[in-house]
Amino acid sequence: MFSLYMSFYYLCYCMILIKQVKSLLYKEILLEWRSKYAFNGILLYVISTVFVCYLSFKTTPPLVWNALFWIILLFAAINAIAKSFMQESKGRLLYYYTIASPQAIIISKIIYNILLMIIMSAIAFLAYQIVFQNAVANLGLYLIAVLLGSISFSTVFTMISAIASKAGNNGTLMAILSFPVIIPLLMLIIKLSKNAMDGLDPSVSYDEIGVLCLINIVVIAVSLLLFPYLWRD
Amino acid sequence: MMYKNWWKVLSVILVLFSVIGGLLIAVPALPILHESIRNLYYHVPMWFAMIIIYLVSVIYSIKYLGSGKENDDLIAVESVNTGIIFGFLGLGTGMIWANFTWGAPWPNDPKLNGSAIATLMYLAYIILRGSIDEEQKRAKISAIYNIFAFPIMVVLIFVLPRLTDSLHPGNGGNPGFGAYDLDSNMRYVFYPAVLGWILVATWIMTLRYRIRVLENKNNQIQ
Repeated sequence: MFSLYMSFYYLCYCMILIKQVKSLLYKEILLEWRSKYAFNGILLYVISTVFVCYLSFKTTPPLVWNALFWIILLFAAINAIAKSFMQESKGRLLYYYTIASPQAIIISKIIYNILLMIIMSAIAFLAYQIVFQNAVANLGLYLIAVLLGSISFSTVFTMISAIASKAGNNGTLMAILSFPVIIPLLMLIIKLSKNAMDGLDPSVSYDEIGVLCLINIVVIAVSLLLFPYLWRD
Repeated sequence: MMYKNWWKVLSVILVLFSVIGGLLIAVPALPILHESIRNLYYHVPMWFAMIIIYLVSVIYSIKYLGSGKENDDLIAVESVNTGIIFGFLGLGTGMIWANFTWGAPWPNDPKLNGSAIATLMYLAYIILRGSIDEEQKRAKISAIYNIFAFPIMVVLIFVLPRLTDSLHPGNGGNPGFGAYDLDSNMRYVFYPAVLGWILVATWIMTLRYRIRVLENKNNQIQ
């Protein structure tokens, strides 16, 4: 009887959580759609960085081509996601506190950032590919690497930006805190995308894909556990 | 007095034994390594001590989030401070060893890069603490960062080197050190060295923690 009651309770909790996540996500997208400030700004940032790189490098060997692409995406992601908590005013945060659970807030932020990063990195990849013209042997696997890369950047940076926003809102702190944490993921992603460029058999890359998925799951789980503590002020 | 401090005496005996025994007791004659194999007794225990002391720090960070006691936070931060010292010692001894056996102080090796990045992570933790003035907020936010960074450090040091080529034994398909090179004589010195240095690290941490508690007491308004 007790376990039945508990499972009913959890079911209700999950449904409320999903509902809250949905409406928060809708709010995020609506706000972004009205101003288009963050999206357009980051888009211009990515395109102009690609162009600066093109003008300075002209042609690149494959190793540099791959590394350069990920460095451009890394900085774009830091700039894009750093805003996710810093743009919220103190009053608005207090309002969220009264109407939504902390888990719903962090999940909605993570999903929103994943969507933003996927669109951005797709556009960046397109621009990069057009300007630099480098043959990627296994395009499908490379796109999977880009997808996994944007998901990893979003999950890690969302939590770091929450921490940085609580500690005085400066960009330097965001970079200092996030670089050491993202480097292991970045190394895996660069290796995976290099495999895709060289056209190696996909079975070679299963290890990297597995570890990346595992790290993302761990990061999301730890964020869900820790965010309520960060949130309560 | 003695029943509480026996482990400090033990740590001194073990470390002295491993330092002296490490220089005197016979080692197997191996190509490339030669006598530099003795560095095993000084280099590897630093990493063991560092990992254990970082683990202590994470455990006390979790405890702090549960209890909110200032002392838990002090143990966490002093563990990180001690761990950083041992990290630098491990990097230093490793660089000397690498210079003689691999030909360069910093060969491009995932384990070296990983431990350097892990050290950066904990230096970032110190910077984060410095940026917040309010004590309780500082303790809470740095505890959260500490817990968040720990699983990624484990991936960095234990998982990534095993996925790629590495010069270190036991990584990238290499056999572990124990498989060929570590004969029973070396085990008699190596295991006491590991235990001894872990105890020394704990001792340094408790001393630093007690100094911090006394300073806090001194600063309080009577």
